[in-house]
Amino acid sequence: MGSSRSSLRRVPDGQQLLQETGFSAAVLLRLHQRFQFLDKDSRGHLRSEDLEAELSENPIGDRIVGAFFQPGQETVDFPSFVRVLAHFRPTEKNRTRDGVQPEPANSRNRKLKFAFQLYDQDRDGKISRTELLQVLREMLGLQVTEEQLQSIAERAIQEADLDRDDAICFDKFRKSLEKVDIDHKMSVRFLE
Amino acid sequence: NATKHKAFPVLELNYDYVRMPFEISLWILLALLMKLGFHIIPRISHIVPESCLLIFVGLLIGGVIKAIQEKAPVMDTKLFFLYLLPPIILDAGYFLPIRAFTENMGTILVFAVVGTLWNAFFIGGMMFAVCQIEAAAAAHVSLLSCLLFGSIISAVDPVAVLAVFEEIHINELLHILVFGESLLNDAVTVVLYHLFEEFSHADTVTVGDAFLGVVSFFVVSLGGILVGVIYGVLGAFTSRFTSHFRVIEPLFVFLYSYMAYLSAEVFHLSGIMSLIACGVVMRPYVEANISHKSYTTIKYFLKMWSSVSETLIFIFLGVSTVEGPHNWNWIFVVFTLVFCLLSRVLGVVGLTFIINKFRIVKLTKKDQFIVAYGGLRGAIAFSLGYLIHQDEGSKDTRGMFLTAIITVIFFTVFVQGMTIRPLVELLAVKKKKESKPSINEEIHTQFLDHLLTGIEDICGHYGHHHWKDKLNRFNKTYVKKWLIAGERSSEPQLISFYNKMEMKQAMMLVESGSAAKLP
Repeated sequence: MGSSRSSLRRVPDGQQLLQETGFSAAVLLRLHQRFQFLDKDSRGHLRSEDLEAELSENPIGDRIVGAFFQPGQETVDFPSFVRVLAHFRPTEKNRTRDGVQPEPANSRNRKLKFAFQLYDQDRDGKISRTELLQVLREMLGLQVTEEQLQSIAERAIQEADLDRDDAICFDKFRKSLEKVDIDHKMSVRFLE
Repeated sequence: NATKHKAFPVLELNYDYVRMPFEISLWILLALLMKLGFHIIPRISHIVPESCLLIFVGLLIGGVIKAIQEKAPVMDTKLFFLYLLPPIILDAGYFLPIRAFTENMGTILVFAVVGTLWNAFFIGGMMFAVCQIEAAAAAHVSLLSCLLFGSIISAVDPVAVLAVFEEIHINELLHILVFGESLLNDAVTVVLYHLFEEFSHADTVTVGDAFLGVVSFFVVSLGGILVGVIYGVLGAFTSRFTSHFRVIEPLFVFLYSYMAYLSAEVFHLSGIMSLIACGVVMRPYVEANISHKSYTTIKYFLKMWSSVSETLIFIFLGVSTVEGPHNWNWIFVVFTLVFCLLSRVLGVVGLTFIINKFRIVKLTKKDQFIVAYGGLRGAIAFSLGYLIHQDEGSKDTRGMFLTAIITVIFFTVFVQGMTIRPLVELLAVKKKKESKPSINEEIHTQFLDHLLTGIEDICGHYGHHHWKDKLNRFNKTYVKKWLIAGERSSEPQLISFYNKMEMKQAMMLVESGSAAKLP
């Protein structure tokens, strides 16, 4: 631990990120190594091509890559990279709730928000029918007809949409995932 | 004399001719009537688990049979392993919640393999110590016999666990942990049992023998799985061609899985693991191929068979208790009970400490308690105890072992089985959330799976999601084409889920509508 803390100096904003994200020093170091590996030309930041190369087979790869970039920006530096990944840190049970600190990125609420924003590309706080159709099209690909996609989207909106505005808002999104153990489903065990 | 005719030429009393099938039918009828009875009597099934009542009925029947000086049928080991156990295991394996199972695979494996090993050696060693210290009549029991005893008594029983846990509706995580453990520890039990029995006949045991024992554990478990997978693929492949002859579809499923079980048992591989592997492999492909009616038939037949088998097992357990050879040894029985409980608790706490370092969702104190407390012993232990060779010298030992095994079974099924429901209430353990399957949930879950696969790939950390994705891809590109007929082979999961839901809703609409919509 001591050695990893001291070598943390090579990581930009190391100490602050440690606090902010809740990652351990060892994990942060490892992520930094990975960052440098992805950063093929050692520019100190990643462009979307760097990430896309890893996700070429993922049907929603573009969305995931998009989530790393602030609107309007073309690059992502290490601190922002880690901040995004912090959403996927496993939740600790015995977290002290003092209410003063801001909600950590790995809380159930923020995890869900992160997923929700991947659907909600225009960021208006709702998953519209077109947005849902787009996701379904990406996930199901060419294997199904447009009609089938339409009927599934129709059904999904009908099921979740109680106030009949033809869209799914965050609350309804959260409600439909109530049964799912989000702490478990949206967490990655980061290696040290 | 020979020419003397009977009053009625054909009529005759010949009970021996029908004796066997008639008595089997009677037993099954009795089992069904009991089951029915317990469901009709209000509230009793809330207090006492059904399995306790069934054992109690078995005890009564055994007593009656003994009183009229007939020979009661004891639970024959062959009958149990070849006819009563497979339906229960197939039902469990075929409807295994695969998602929960694979996500907790590591934990389940550690509990099943390391936990059972620990229990077997701890109980075996401790009981050997007890036999030495006490001047009780147990000094002649050898270390190997004690270890054999430990390996029999340490296996958590899938039948008993299922019977009790089905009723209390505990949350999915705890259910799959205890249940998965009970299914997978069969491999360990089989190996330990056969190993110690072989060792006890050999004169010397070397380090090499012990090493071969470890190797044979892998052979038994992996071989069992391999046999199951082969039959599963065969079953899936066969179901591809049944579209013109629908009535035999269910039978293919049953036959292939039963043959997987038997083929594994031929080589002393783990039949239970083979059966589970067969069910798990076969199900997705078979369900895509067969008709909806055949699917319903398979489902209800499995449920019916397993429930009847389970009922029979518990009744037989009761009957055999009255009949079986007994040799009550206070010290041995009491210490067995104490060490069974102690080793289970120590094992679960110790292993959880290690496992929690690797799990995303940690096991809480409550979880540990329920896992430790839910480790019921059942008919497998009893049947294995019966299997112990009846050498002349060890006749007392066998009786003593059987009595101790029965006591432990009764203690776990009665005391732990009856108290687990109030304890779950008292500790406020999360219950199963029952609700309708929703299309949103299905879409979002798949979306999250893709998301997590993506995140793992970005981190360069190849974990659970990464391998699942690889397996799905492999399945989609190579396997499905061969095992699923027609256009359904390229149908994504979401579409089949949607179709199934539509079908269910349409059927419900028809059922309720015909009555409600009449003017």
